[in-house]
Amino acid sequence: MKKFLLATAAMAIVSASAVYAKEVKIGIELGFTGPIESLTPGMAAGAEAAIKEVSASGALLDGAKVTAVRADSTCIDSGAAKAAAERLITSDKVDGIVGADCSGVTGAILQSVARPNGMVMISPSATSPALSTAEDDGLFFRTAPSDARQGQIVADILKDKGVKSIAITYTNNDYGKGLADAIKSSFEAVGGKVTIVAAHEDGKADYSAEVGALASAGGDVLVVAGYVDQGGSGIVRAALDTGAFDTFHFPDGMISDKLTENFGKDIDGSTGDNPGTDSPGAAILKKIGEKEGFDSTSPFVPESYDAAALLMLAMQAANSTNPADYKSKIMEVANAPGIKIFPGELAKALKLLKEGKDIDYVGASAVELIGPGESKGNYREIVIKDGKITTVRYR
Amino acid sequence: MVDFLNALVALTNYILVPAVAYGSQLALGALGITLIYGILRFSNFAHGDTMAFGTMVVILTTWWFQDMGISIAPLPTALLALPIGIIVTLALLLGTDRVVYRFYRKAKAAPIIFVMASLGVMFITNGIVRFIIGPNEQRFADGARFIIKAREFKHMTGLSEGLAIKVSQGITVVTAVIVVVALFWFLNRTRTGKSMRAFSDNEDLALLSGINPERVVTVTWVLVAILATIAGTLYGLDKSYKPFTYFQLLLPMFAAAIVGGLGNPLGAIAGGFVISFSEVGVTYAWKKVLVYLLPEQWAPDSLVQLMSTDYKFAVSFSILVLVLLFRPTGIFKGQSV
Repeated sequence: MKKFLLATAAMAIVSASAVYAKEVKIGIELGFTGPIESLTPGMAAGAEAAIKEVSASGALLDGAKVTAVRADSTCIDSGAAKAAAERLITSDKVDGIVGADCSGVTGAILQSVARPNGMVMISPSATSPALSTAEDDGLFFRTAPSDARQGQIVADILKDKGVKSIAITYTNNDYGKGLADAIKSSFEAVGGKVTIVAAHEDGKADYSAEVGALASAGGDVLVVAGYVDQGGSGIVRAALDTGAFDTFHFPDGMISDKLTENFGKDIDGSTGDNPGTDSPGAAILKKIGEKEGFDSTSPFVPESYDAAALLMLAMQAANSTNPADYKSKIMEVANAPGIKIFPGELAKALKLLKEGKDIDYVGASAVELIGPGESKGNYREIVIKDGKITTVRYR
Repeated sequence: MVDFLNALVALTNYILVPAVAYGSQLALGALGITLIYGILRFSNFAHGDTMAFGTMVVILTTWWFQDMGISIAPLPTALLALPIGIIVTLALLLGTDRVVYRFYRKAKAAPIIFVMASLGVMFITNGIVRFIIGPNEQRFADGARFIIKAREFKHMTGLSEGLAIKVSQGITVVTAVIVVVALFWFLNRTRTGKSMRAFSDNEDLALLSGINPERVVTVTWVLVAILATIAGTLYGLDKSYKPFTYFQLLLPMFAAAIVGGLGNPLGAIAGGFVISFSEVGVTYAWKKVLVYLLPEQWAPDSLVQLMSTDYKFAVSFSILVLVLLFRPTGIFKGQSV
């Protein structure tokens, strides 16, 4: 009897609060089991920190309470991921989804669950270039850059340096192939010439044959889209030994202290790039993370915080939790013009939006959404000077 | 004329120098295989891993020497460590002979059983090497790196093509010549060498004339230990040391030994160079050389590469198959397989 009374009382409170203040539910669908299960708890905590911040402020939609509902995307099992997303929408009745994480399941959920149900999803970590061109009815966004973006950055750096022709070698896997293709098409788009795109296998003793082919094709700069601990260094070594190339460009897989340790001044004048930003957002989120008990420096945690924040800011801007209303507002709140918003300033942002002012959400990962609603990404351009990696600027 | 010189230099830099160095390394390895086949009468699959083991001991000794500050700069310290590597490798080879091969020899087992036993020895040696030094790449080259640097060569000659010769390539060729001369002197001039050849030609007659078979076997393993350790160390100095790549060397080395004629030392050397020149030549992109040589309107647009470098091993494998089909005894009339 006592239990029954308690239960009715609880029910009464729930329904009462539903009457006075609206409740907003955000689904967080990440691979809590599967290949990236070590990353997802941090990512979810990042998203939940943003939700908690907004909920505590009471500024969203005149005092709405925001709660998070977790679901498991498994990262690899599309069937399970779709079922979990279905549950979030039909049974938990969420108003927006942060997720999914891995590119494969993200595409599956988008096509068979989010689009039919008209649900907005913002992925913090799906980086496949294929998602840029996927049909999404304006429902899909991501706070992580597409892998193709780095190709653009490489092309820009080389063009600014006045490089006319390049040879590309890549490590023979999806990462290397995707990056090499992106660099080739971007560099050709800015008017450069790509003499050869050749794969190399990791773990060989000798790369002089590969370098022989690259040298035969020629080029001002050799782009090494490989790994510094693997064949990438072997290629550079053989190219220097035979005198085939003496300037290189190193994408992210090659940027490490190991590179300068291996080659020192021999590669002076070579350029490189890797993800990085000088925006203060990351440092602010680190402090929030220390207080809330999660590690904001773990991969994709800032992107997760930003994904959740963008969802709620867009709802405020549209003054609605209906995905059809707020989906068009996401790009608006994320990009300039407007007052810059950093992590921990969500309450201020919500107030500004209520007053009808424009905001430019910078967040923890310096978000700027481009093209079909994906992060522009932030890259650090480096140059090897006196045998050391030195930062040129951030792009 | 300048174009012709440039073509010649490019050819030397990308084909001649690397192929001669690689060929010498293969020849030394193939010599070990061919000696075992000629005298002990089986194909030793453990040879690649014997090389890995010998090189590992040389590397560990090199590190020890480097720690103590011993060096013979500008030559690599590894050369100084070679004798120790050879002795430890010899201990391993004689140990496996005592434990494994002698049993089958006494039982007069068929060659295929020996081959299978050597496969087992291969896996165990492989395991020992990975257990001691790990599966990763190790660096142990020190001293000067170049005899001629590409940039300096361009400066000196005014040609647009550079020529680089590494110290390790020079050492490889010089050492290979010395080892081969010494080996042939030993086999042809000394009493022990002659008795080994007699044993290889006709075992029964050799036994009748009073040759001690166990002594012949021991001397063979001594030669194999020397050849394997030197070949492995030269390969490691010139390229890099990683146990797995030594296992992969087994295919080109066997191809070299079979192409030359199994059991024939001269053939092993010729085979080594045939394999290395074909591997490098077939996978080389000839565009650069042709652009210099041909008149402008004939210059090729494509790379003129017969095969991608990924198919390097396919080249030695195809040669192996062709030789076995058309001339099973090899170029220099060895024993047929």
